[in-house]
Amino acid sequence: MTDRFTFEELKEILRASGGVDEEVDLNGDIADVEFGELGYDSLAVLEFARQVERRYGFSIPDSAIAEMPTPAKAVEFINAQFVEARI
Amino acid sequence: MNASGAATSPVITGIGVVAPTGIGIAEHWQSVLAGKSGVTRITRFDPSNYPVRFAGQLPNFLAEERVPGRLIPQTDRWTHLGLAAAEAALADADVRPAELPDYEMAVVTASSSGGTEFGQHEMERLYLDGPSGVGAYQSIAWFYAATTGQISIRFGMRGPSGVLCCEQAGGLDALNQARRLVHGGSRLVLSGGTDASLCPYGLVAQLSNGKLSTVDDQNRAYLPFDAEASGYLPGEGGAILIVESARSAQDRDKGSGYGAIAGHAAGFDPPPGSARPPALRRTIERALADARVNPEEVDVVFADAAGVRADDLSEAQAISAVFGSRGVPVTAPKTLTGRLYGGGASLDVATALLAIRDGVIPHTVGSARLAPGCELDLVTNQPRDGRVRTALVLARGHGGFNAALVLTDLPRAKAL
Repeated sequence: MTDRFTFEELKEILRASGGVDEEVDLNGDIADVEFGELGYDSLAVLEFARQVERRYGFSIPDSAIAEMPTPAKAVEFINAQFVEARI
Repeated sequence: MNASGAATSPVITGIGVVAPTGIGIAEHWQSVLAGKSGVTRITRFDPSNYPVRFAGQLPNFLAEERVPGRLIPQTDRWTHLGLAAAEAALADADVRPAELPDYEMAVVTASSSGGTEFGQHEMERLYLDGPSGVGAYQSIAWFYAATTGQISIRFGMRGPSGVLCCEQAGGLDALNQARRLVHGGSRLVLSGGTDASLCPYGLVAQLSNGKLSTVDDQNRAYLPFDAEASGYLPGEGGAILIVESARSAQDRDKGSGYGAIAGHAAGFDPPPGSARPPALRRTIERALADARVNPEEVDVVFADAAGVRADDLSEAQAISAVFGSRGVPVTAPKTLTGRLYGGGASLDVATALLAIRDGVIPHTVGSARLAPGCELDLVTNQPRDGRVRTALVLARGHGGFNAALVLTDLPRAKAL
């Protein structure tokens, strides 16, 4: 089964909501790099989560931010929400 | 502090200008001396339905060229301007923050209205989409201290930082706080301020004081001290300055930089209807005393220049009371930019330092016929050549704030 929420979509949301620093290449090998190292602080991850919520209509509690330390973990977590919400 | 117990006044070694008159010192100064105005019909939104349709606007500021990509959607335009001006000021001072101890550098800016345009955008999303439509960055982007904080983070300056919110007076009070920090041991302080409230929400908030000019002619709307004064125009931009200890500047072969912050005072006006006099005269006198400068040593006064008749008159009377009738050259280059609120006074300081550097007093464009009672030697028509060793910059903020700052070409010993 392919994931509903893709890595490309994550990058698109990050670019639009949090911006990108010149020294960071989102197209590089970033899946397991911590958000903080990519220049995204906890507020940036929170904003990312809000954008996903708005797009798909399910809610991500603030406490779940801790479960999304890297892009790969974030994609994994969000896809698990689809299963849970059965959408 | 030196062995004798006296501290030497800090010097300004870098200037970053982001103003309607130009981006960068050279463009700004050229415009000021040429009397080239940055006031135009408002283009940042459609002003047709508002009583004020002119403002000082930045001609060519593209955040994409001057602000780190990540910070653009996270911060307000006023912070974009502050970050760009900060970078320019550091470059001008040849300071590479990464090479200096982070706790010996601090940031103190002035802010008048915070992140107004960002806030308006988020309010629109609240009304259209509900609470979930409001972005997480609103929590920090609107906040008065956002520009200070973002500059501090970006350049790794972790010393005692802060923000001054006293409308137009804030630019001078922030520089004095920087001076205080240098006397307390900071090596350098990034100070000054910017503002960018040219959005419907920002303009409407400003209209509430009844002091903006509604004259429908961009060249005649803001005429401080003139018989036809009708209020002022708003503007966006400001200046960030590097305030450095005299010793640090000397160690870096920067000499006295552009000049020194020799004295300052702040005052607060009595409430309307009070029998007590306005605070400006005493504020000027205390700033001169703080600098140990006699009135006759002052070569130029950069006026607050409200453009509102009663305010012009009270400022002219305060200046005449200290310096005598037409006793000192007075100028207000801010007619070229409009009033920049949190950014206005620090831009005046930048302009005053350039006047000291080049020995020329820039003129006031627009004002021609002094209003009755304004007994000032207002520099008009063209710049006036002559050595400028000491400049006094005045600023008043809405609500009663008064500030005066004394700049000198060389640092002076100050008794503590």
